[in-house]
Amino acid sequence: MDKKTLFEVRNIDFSYGENKALDNLFLTVEPGKFYGIVGPNGCGKTTFLDLLVRNKTPQSGTIEYLGRRIEGYTRRRLAREISLVPQDFYINFPFTVREIVLMGRHPYITRFASPSAEDLDIVDGVMRKMGIDKFRDKYITELSGGEKQRVIFARAMAQDTPVLILDEATSNMDIEYTLNSLDIMAYGVEFKKQTVIAALHNLNLAAAYCDELIFMKSGRIVSKGSTDEVLNEQNIKDVFEVDSKIYFDQYSNSKQVIFKRRRQSERKDN
Amino acid sequence: MGMGAQTFLLGTLLVIVIILSTGMGYIKISSLEVIRIVISKITGNHELLDGIDSIFPYVVSEVRLPRILTAAIVGAGLSIAGVIFQGILLNPLADPYTLGVSAGAAFGASVALLLDIAFLGIYSVPVFAFIGAVSTLFVVMFLSSSDGQISPVNLILAGIIVAAILSAGISFIKYVADEQVSIIIFWLMGSFGSKTWADVFLTFLFVSIGFLICLFFSRDLNIISLGDRSAASLGVETNKVRVILLITASLITAICVSVSGIIGFVGLIIPHLMRFLTGADNKRLLPASALVGAILLLCADTITRAVLPTEIPVGVLTALIGGPFFLYIFRHRRMRKIGG
Repeated sequence: MDKKTLFEVRNIDFSYGENKALDNLFLTVEPGKFYGIVGPNGCGKTTFLDLLVRNKTPQSGTIEYLGRRIEGYTRRRLAREISLVPQDFYINFPFTVREIVLMGRHPYITRFASPSAEDLDIVDGVMRKMGIDKFRDKYITELSGGEKQRVIFARAMAQDTPVLILDEATSNMDIEYTLNSLDIMAYGVEFKKQTVIAALHNLNLAAAYCDELIFMKSGRIVSKGSTDEVLNEQNIKDVFEVDSKIYFDQYSNSKQVIFKRRRQSERKDN
Repeated sequence: MGMGAQTFLLGTLLVIVIILSTGMGYIKISSLEVIRIVISKITGNHELLDGIDSIFPYVVSEVRLPRILTAAIVGAGLSIAGVIFQGILLNPLADPYTLGVSAGAAFGASVALLLDIAFLGIYSVPVFAFIGAVSTLFVVMFLSSSDGQISPVNLILAGIIVAAILSAGISFIKYVADEQVSIIIFWLMGSFGSKTWADVFLTFLFVSIGFLICLFFSRDLNIISLGDRSAASLGVETNKVRVILLITASLITAICVSVSGIIGFVGLIIPHLMRFLTGADNKRLLPASALVGAILLLCADTITRAVLPTEIPVGVLTALIGGPFFLYIFRHRRMRKIGG
């Protein structure tokens, strides 16, 4: 096994009852890169990310992490390797912001032990970076959707893992904090050899941040490769069934995708 | 306030309430006399009893203390179970009875009372109630699991349906029961009358072991409230923790119900109330809820026993006081939220 491979996904199938969610997936993930997964609603992005953190087990096929079957790791061990920012979160109990972020240190704190000074330092640092230290003692139940998402994001960062998996992790944030969060991720990829795998709806954010893109549709990977190679009008058309124009943008220093509104007369179903 | 100081304060309050309520009743006994009697019982030093009415030691140690301690332990047990059920079902409105455990216990007790089963002596009804509660739990867990996973939503659904069926069964039993119907109804309303030291030891054993198990998994329970996906990615074995805590909390509930009948609202309100004081961290919430639950149920039982002119079932009292109180908190909190 090549030591440079992080994830080796081979021949994965996953179904919910009769419904096939993932169909014959192959993927190799290398460390130190920012991966983006794009595709329409219900294409299997979230299911695929769940398999990578072992929240679900594929019905057939194998996933290896650092050359070893992912089932061979204990949950606790895996929690020190891979963290997840989920798409939906719903917390019913009045935990404080700081308590939630501190939960990110759970894989490092033995039962009955109190958090160490190092744990608390990491938590404070992460809260500052995410701009949430000003409401550290507020209850999570009192925050807005975007603020909650920043707390959940910070919780995953406090886990301090080499791999971060983001499932629409910035969907409720305003543009300032979206850029702030993704900048932190990109910095980690570039200077700390972290690996980020992010499902993103915003194609221009994907274009600006991702080194590699994976296009998914109906449970299959349609196209994958470096962002420069695979971000093109044909792939957008194939996956999302919309027309677009893609150009290199000087200001963002990346490819950008633009769309135009469709007039009634231009619609297919008309 | 630190967790240690808080626990000490509430613990001291519990001891004071136990001493005061032991002195209350038809025969008034002063607190000092109560303390002297208890110390003389423990140390065997009979000189402490000098000058105390010779009937007092019997009243304290054989009549009142077993009842008082059982009430306190059941209050603690129901509150612990409430914390756990609310945490597992991710629902602050869940209580120890949400999964049909009480309906199962009531059904078991009703069967024993209807058929006048007596081969286990005075323990026939509690044993049947316990069997009813535990078998209901396993039926509900079986119904709500798929692929070895148990989801909170399925648990609540299965619990409500099973409870509805059992309630119909209880109604049927009441219908066919002639002279036993009043005994059944009285049992269902809950009471601590004529409890013995055996009840004290049995409930203490179950509740204290259950408490330690719950405390052991308290941090996992905190993390489970982030949702399964986050919890699993933080290294928590969500399904294992959920099953262990579910069984533990249900056993605590079953033993409480089987000695005292059905006492509502304690397991719902106490955890709710204590979250204002301790926050949502279960490591702090569990001990605080246990102590306050013990204090409040003991106070309620003392009111029916020693304050009211006639004794009413304690389950009725907790529902009559607890229900409106809960509505008040509920309204108050909503108003505060609207107000910003």
